Amino acid sequence: MPFTAKSGKFNAKINTVEVGTGDKAIKLGGENVFPFYTFDDAIENAPKVGIEITDGGMENEPECVQNLYEGCTTVVDMAKKAVTFDGVDFLSIRLEGGDPNGKNKSTEELIQIVKDVADAVDVPLVVCGCKNVEKDAELLDKAAAALDGKNAMILAAKEENYKTIGASAGLAYKQIVGAESAVDINLAKQLNVLLTQLGVDAKTIVMNAGTAAVGYGFDYVISTLDRVKAAALSQGDATLQMPIITPVASETWTVKESTASEEDMPEWGNLEERGIDMEVETAAAVLAAGSDAVILKHPESVRTIKAMISELI
Amino acid sequence: MALKGLDIFKLSPKKNCKECGSPTCMAFSMKVAQGAVSLDKCPYFSEEAKASLNEATAPPMKTIKVGTGDKEYSLGGETVLFRHEKTFVSRTRYAVTVCSCMDDAAIDAKLAEIKSVDYERIGERMFTEMIYVNYAPAAGKEKYLELVKKAAGLDRVLILGCEDPEVAAEAVALVKDQKPVLNGANASNYEAMSKVATDAGVTLGVQGADINELYDTLAALEKLGNKNLIFDCGVNSVKEAYQIAVQFRKAAIKDGNRTCGYPSIVRLDRLSGGDKHLQAALLSLFTMKYGSIIVLDQMTYAEANPVYGLRQNLFTDPQKPMKVEPGIYPLNGADENSVCLTTVDFALTYFLVSGELERSGVPCNLIINDAGGLSVLTSWAAGKFSAGTIAKFFAEQDIEGKVKSRKLVIPGKVAVLKGELESKIPGWEIIIAPREAVQLVKFMKEL
Repeated sequence: MPFTAKSGKFNAKINTVEVGTGDKAIKLGGENVFPFYTFDDAIENAPKVGIEITDGGMENEPECVQNLYEGCTTVVDMAKKAVTFDGVDFLSIRLEGGDPNGKNKSTEELIQIVKDVADAVDVPLVVCGCKNVEKDAELLDKAAAALDGKNAMILAAKEENYKTIGASAGLAYKQIVGAESAVDINLAKQLNVLLTQLGVDAKTIVMNAGTAAVGYGFDYVISTLDRVKAAALSQGDATLQMPIITPVASETWTVKESTASEEDMPEWGNLEERGIDMEVETAAAVLAAGSDAVILKHPESVRTIKAMISELI
Repeated sequence: MALKGLDIFKLSPKKNCKECGSPTCMAFSMKVAQGAVSLDKCPYFSEEAKASLNEATAPPMKTIKVGTGDKEYSLGGETVLFRHEKTFVSRTRYAVTVCSCMDDAAIDAKLAEIKSVDYERIGERMFTEMIYVNYAPAAGKEKYLELVKKAAGLDRVLILGCEDPEVAAEAVALVKDQKPVLNGANASNYEAMSKVATDAGVTLGVQGADINELYDTLAALEKLGNKNLIFDCGVNSVKEAYQIAVQFRKAAIKDGNRTCGYPSIVRLDRLSGGDKHLQAALLSLFTMKYGSIIVLDQMTYAEANPVYGLRQNLFTDPQKPMKVEPGIYPLNGADENSVCLTTVDFALTYFLVSGELERSGVPCNLIINDAGGLSVLTSWAAGKFSAGTIAKFFAEQDIEGKVKSRKLVIPGKVAVLKGELESKIPGWEIIIAPREAVQLVKFMKEL
């Protein structure tokens, strides 16, 4: 007697959101099953993998990543090189230099970088802020304007600044609006509701429901993503049917497993291997919990996660 | 399949004799239904009724125990598909593979590598708990038996990968006291393999050419009366292994299909095609989705650090916060003269704060209070992180005897404690930190 499984296909679906334009545009979401459950129903759009660079160019990158961008001097050089790596679906530029507690670069300077990068590549673009809510409101508003017509993703509007960013990215320039909340299903839902009340089309919202490196409070990430997907699919909650994007690199490359030198931790072995595995294992776990896209830093991580996805879909 | 109290009551003797400790048979039945008491407490249930109830109240997924002593591990026994529904109970265990086809030097190197990863993370010992000892017929029986003996010396649970019942019997005989797993039953040899496993009292791993053959072989073994089983998700493809792991777990827990209710074994040593980063990615995927034992080609610190952290997060009780041990944590090479900071023992707080402090590069002593594992504001609101508890903790731990610095940084969210603290621990300069951990790097550099 062969094994018969009950179908785990749902009537509800995750929204399909297209990012970018032309041949290289990508589609996020669209699935009506849990992550990689292709045996329940076909998954039309495989999860996507992005590569991250920052406005700081080479200087903020770990040595192992710098080596792979050898010869690049400007951020634009890096952007051009980044999109050539195997498995890259989209490019993410993080404007960390804008942080008033850090380098506090001016909005004009950063927007110029965004424009230059956008002119240099043809893959879909994701622009990430500097994590300071006031500065991001200004920065991401201008970024949305600068990328008019590119159908880029602006990552992200938060509860504190969703009005400015939502109005600019969602209403004025029709970009894809990233909605970021801190590992809590209720906050994620609330922000989606607020953005739609503002007039942003729900079909242009992508959530970042929060992230962490594995081992660092990742239990909350798992349960938040599990619950968001369950609410979206099994309960058909339209306010949670937005696809999920998870920036992984910005979390995993700062923890000590990825930064402690080989002199300090000789038994831990090769630093680059540790950094890649931390990034890869975190990315695989968020994908298993329901993320529709991940943002990574090391080209080898991008290749690996892409390979895992194609094994499963 | 959960039984209602009334269903049990129907089969009860209805004597209300109170011998079970409950006032009435109805009350007793309700307690049994909740799992609060065992059916055995009642001496009057007919054997027939007991058998049918035991069958119905048995958990959907069996708990299989392997290994002995402090190396005894429970596998399976899960009751939910997602950790937010109820705690996952049996941690995924990891095995590294050695094969009798390898030469001696390679085997020794592998065994040494297995021993090299061994550390503690938030009170839990992290190491490779199992060794998969694979039989290569071409290398001969003697070499395999030698390898089994050698691997047994490492004090890990062994999984004997062997499909030849005669060789398997000899191998199992060598190590049966350690309660290994014998992985190698399939559609053509299962009767002989089952005999080897049951005679020695060890768990049998079951394989199939595809999901249907695997299912049929499990059913056939159950028919023989062997329910000490685990199933192998196969070596055909990652996609199929994931399907088996997920669908069997779902069928057991949601649909009550007991034949699927066994722990799983996932052969990443065979499925990763020698790509070690892909293996790391899959290691994480199958830890999340229903691998009970995961077999690997290698487990170095690169793979181990993230996956043991993931496992620790995944298998915690979602209702109970994770705690770190209270005490002084010197960071960045701090000594007794370095500035002190204090916060709570909630694991997430500790990791965020210590991570940012390490990033600042400024030597400092992080003093973790016993605050019941709650976050800063929650523990403050609950009275578990106040000037009084900090002062008491300082006295108990003899902080003043252990550090010479008299500068203490407190979390920005409890700035209100400053005045009271100054009077409770006189002599200390109390400094208020920013409200968020991310602001600590700048704060420490300017301190």
